[in-house]
Amino acid sequence: MKFNNIKSQFPIFNQKIKGKPLIYLDSANSSQKPKTVIDEISRFYETEFSNVGRSVHTLAVKATNKFEETRDIVKSYINAKHREEIIFTKGATEAINLVASCFGEKFIKNQDEIIVTELEHHSNYVPWHYLRKKKGAVIKFASVDDNGEINLNEFKKLITNKTKIIAFTHISNVTGTVMPVKKIIDLAKSKNIPVLIDGTQGAPHSVLDVQDLDCDFYAISCHKMYGPNGLGILYAKKKWVDELPPYQGGGGMISEVKKDEITFADSPTKFEAGTMQTAEVVAFAKSIKFIQDLGIKNINNHESQVLEYGLEKLKKNNSVSIIGNPNNRASIISFTIKGIHPHDIATILDDDGVAIRAGHHCCQILHDKLGIPASARASIGVYNNKEDMDVLCESINKCKKVFKV
Amino acid sequence: MELKELYQEIILDHAKNPRNKGKCDGYNHDAKAHNPLCGDKVHIYLKLEKDKNISGLSFEGEGCAISLASASILTETLKGKDLNFSKKVTDDFLNMLKNKSKITLNSLSEDQITTISSLSGVQEFPMRIKCATMAWHTLLSALEKKA
Repeated sequence: MKFNNIKSQFPIFNQKIKGKPLIYLDSANSSQKPKTVIDEISRFYETEFSNVGRSVHTLAVKATNKFEETRDIVKSYINAKHREEIIFTKGATEAINLVASCFGEKFIKNQDEIIVTELEHHSNYVPWHYLRKKKGAVIKFASVDDNGEINLNEFKKLITNKTKIIAFTHISNVTGTVMPVKKIIDLAKSKNIPVLIDGTQGAPHSVLDVQDLDCDFYAISCHKMYGPNGLGILYAKKKWVDELPPYQGGGGMISEVKKDEITFADSPTKFEAGTMQTAEVVAFAKSIKFIQDLGIKNINNHESQVLEYGLEKLKKNNSVSIIGNPNNRASIISFTIKGIHPHDIATILDDDGVAIRAGHHCCQILHDKLGIPASARASIGVYNNKEDMDVLCESINKCKKVFKV
Repeated sequence: MELKELYQEIILDHAKNPRNKGKCDGYNHDAKAHNPLCGDKVHIYLKLEKDKNISGLSFEGEGCAISLASASILTETLKGKDLNFSKKVTDDFLNMLKNKSKITLNSLSEDQITTISSLSGVQEFPMRIKCATMAWHTLLSALEKKA
């Protein structure tokens, strides 16, 4: 099976942490990069680098072609209809900020309503909060039950004729809940309300087909997809890229600039002011190739097996409480241990080479709701296996020994 | 650096049974702090007498073992001590974590020095230094701030 030796494709695993093999269980935070992606960054800088979309010299042409090639690769990977619908950003956070800012500026007025859920990462709440402050918009939260799930009937009741946009996560970065994306989109479509999906956690683990989903916006974080840092993607339906005003002002995004008037370029350049991440965009093509070579369905299968194995094992440990119990869970296990704070867990696990995250994972609303200040989170990537889960569980037992609980 | 040096018996004891937890009677100074990164919270209460003696000292808070133990040790060490002396101990404590210097104040007992120094292991865990220093920084703010 192709997953057996997959760690060898990631140079980061060629080291010991505190004398032990690295067990990386923090991919929901950021994934590690395969050698092909790392090498592509060097190759591009060594042979083809130049600024894109501006000069006419040979390197500029090469760099521009490579850059735009990635746009086409992303377009077909997520099955977008038009290449203009693919906008590069500095991350999923910026992608959501772009929509909140541009959509908000044009379409949100005083007392208009925005629906999010209690599962949201701060990056899919704080940008909307600005509209509450600036425009007097109202933010409504779809509530989450103890399993980490949204009740669709309750969700439905939140929608009114003032609802201007519905924004929610594809997969929760705390409970791993896979949201009923299609059902919520259908609900929104029946009332003609646009939908933004925060695909930060969804994109690395799911088959993506934005035409089939029929969402209006989908935000992607490339560094969680085995890609370079500092890069995100906003998919925005053609209708919106045409209608929305530009995001930031600067070079590259204009059509004509006069002292008394400025006209803007068409999408995607309209939304890509200034010099963009270049090597990052170029190298992201290799991340997609890495995922495609394995097959996203195989990745999903493999990760689900590791997840189920880990969940079963952790459930047998009486001191461990797992956060949420969603019907459909992907790649994330957040937990607490009675009598040991998550930060102490993370420090003790690190001593065994096990990298997890501790804290509120930028989801304070959810942690408040659950009545806990913080949790420990193990998140699974393509390189994890059942042995990693064994080490995690042993290391959790060590926490109990250190703390004598 | 061994884990057991970080999680010494003294620290675990203070974390599990924090001393001086709650609001001390008649407090006239207080300050609170919050680490947004990890969610640790601490609120220091103290009663400063006219003769500059800290007659009451307590804390409320939630957080990891290091932050709870540090706050607990702080209150145990400085309760009943003089204001300037307390500032000096705080400086020494913060220096210990920053510059790995040793605590050598004459007016502290051998036991007290051992207890405070138990937190020196945190030096080797850079991401955890804030956990240990937050209560002490908050004490300095509380001394400046009347309730």
